Amino acid sequence: MSKSTSKAAGSVAASLHAAGISRREFLGFCATLAAAYSLPASAAQAIAAALEKAARPSVIWMSFQECTGCTESLTRSHTPTVEGLILETISLDYHHTLQAASGEAAEKAREQAMHDNYGKYLLVVDGSIPLGNPGFSTIAGVSNLEMLKETAKGAAAIIAVGTCATYGGLPAALPNPTGAVGVNQLIKDKPVVNVPGCPPIPVVITGVLAHFLTFGKLPELDALGRPKVFYGESIHDRCYRRPFYDQGKFAKTFDDAGARDGWCLFELGCKGPVTNNACATTKWNGGVSFPIQSGHGCIGCSEPNFWDAGGFYKALSAPAQPLKVGAGVAAAAAAVGVAVSFSNRGKKGAAKAAHETTTLDDLEP
Amino acid sequence: MDQLLLLTWARGTGLNLALSIFVLGVIWRLIEIYSLGRKQDLSAPRDVPGASGWHTIFRRSVPPPGMLKASPVSYIGGYVFHVGLAVVIFLFAPHIELIKNLLGLSWPGLPSQMVDFITVVTMAAMVVVLIDRITKPVKRFLSTFGDWFTWTLTFLPLLTGWLAVHHLLLPYTLMLALHILSVELLLICLPFTKLFHAFTVFGSRWYNGAVNGHKGVPV
Repeated sequence: MSKSTSKAAGSVAASLHAAGISRREFLGFCATLAAAYSLPASAAQAIAAALEKAARPSVIWMSFQECTGCTESLTRSHTPTVEGLILETISLDYHHTLQAASGEAAEKAREQAMHDNYGKYLLVVDGSIPLGNPGFSTIAGVSNLEMLKETAKGAAAIIAVGTCATYGGLPAALPNPTGAVGVNQLIKDKPVVNVPGCPPIPVVITGVLAHFLTFGKLPELDALGRPKVFYGESIHDRCYRRPFYDQGKFAKTFDDAGARDGWCLFELGCKGPVTNNACATTKWNGGVSFPIQSGHGCIGCSEPNFWDAGGFYKALSAPAQPLKVGAGVAAAAAAVGVAVSFSNRGKKGAAKAAHETTTLDDLEP
Repeated sequence: MDQLLLLTWARGTGLNLALSIFVLGVIWRLIEIYSLGRKQDLSAPRDVPGASGWHTIFRRSVPPPGMLKASPVSYIGGYVFHVGLAVVIFLFAPHIELIKNLLGLSWPGLPSQMVDFITVVTMAAMVVVLIDRITKPVKRFLSTFGDWFTWTLTFLPLLTGWLAVHHLLLPYTLMLALHILSVELLLICLPFTKLFHAFTVFGSRWYNGAVNGHKGVPV
């Protein structure tokens, strides 16, 4: 990184420099970001300038009813990547999995960060919040709901990471025993960005953080609170197997000749058509592949209620439940039909009986 | 309700309900219609070539002499939208997938772009026959609520399906749910409206043909 860009300690630029990130790598990241947000190439310079000046934001990461998969997704991404860059750039003041402190010291760190950066820190949440009973999930004896409300108060914005934090996710799957809900069902007075996925794509998580750092505001969201730039299109529309869908060429089983030739996985239950995410474009593991490319249909993990959407291996056009139209309905139909027939015959008979026969006498004047 | 849940309801509970009412209605109405019966015709049958139930079944699929010129919209529009409907319903891959799941039968489908084109042609034909029905005084006079209602019931699944495929107006998931719900409405109403001709058309043609054939009149 050039001298002119290495600024005061505590800035993003300083932390990148300390992490051994070269100027070239940094500009590469800015160009990636500009591309992700569909900005012209010239915007990369503006992003770089803004990021260099930006102070390292304090980030408090709360984990509620979750599996740590979202954290794994972020931290296990390859380095150096845009994901790693951002994770090293932010001042992650509280994170169950990643922080060294434990017990009371950990909670103190959270309170300190909240106190020092009141109104300015970013709150990242993964995991759902149980409303059924405060005791279902607690941290240091404090219920998730209470801790979320307390921490959200001083946050500049909240980023709900993963399908659990956004829509309740797996814990909210029927019959939702803990009464799990997502963050934006509880916090209404703060900007909440939903970054769903089980887990979300690392670059999507960091892309949102970087957007906030660069532009000082959150990206444009869709009706479900998701950044349009990453969730604007369905997996199906961006899928490399899509031409085969249009040709009506479908893999019949996993790894059959069709599947290997890139044929569409629709019949194997792919939920790509009803799933908005960036998997088909950004891909996973440093752009290597994504589920559909490795031969498995999309399970729709970034959509609300994906767990209860009728089964991962049922085609979208197939019944979501086993059909119960059986002998009972047929028997009832036959009974109704026969009853109506008798009724009609009865009417006919009555009409016949009521019919008055005309005789010659009637016709005589 | 969330879009995906609405779609899942339409694919699950909704489909179950609609198919139950459909099956119930179809069996009930078939028994009702075929049990009405007729008085036995005691006259000696007149054997005239071309006068029979089977002849009528086929003859009524082609316009009588002169009628195509007299009423081209009814015939051409009618052919186009009936054949188009059949192609769209039975040769679109996702539809075949549903039939395979319901009945265990399957056959090859058409490329989706071709089905797309046929859908547009079918909708256009339906709009033309509707305009014809509105603008021709005799047709309008003969039309009842049932005619306008069944036209709408038939048109909605085509329209919502086409809009869903092209991601128009509403998000795909919601439009797909509406598409399936519109088909379910069609299924529920089919046995109890004039749409029931899908089941009775050949039976009634045969009946008319046989009754008139007995009298020696090819109809």
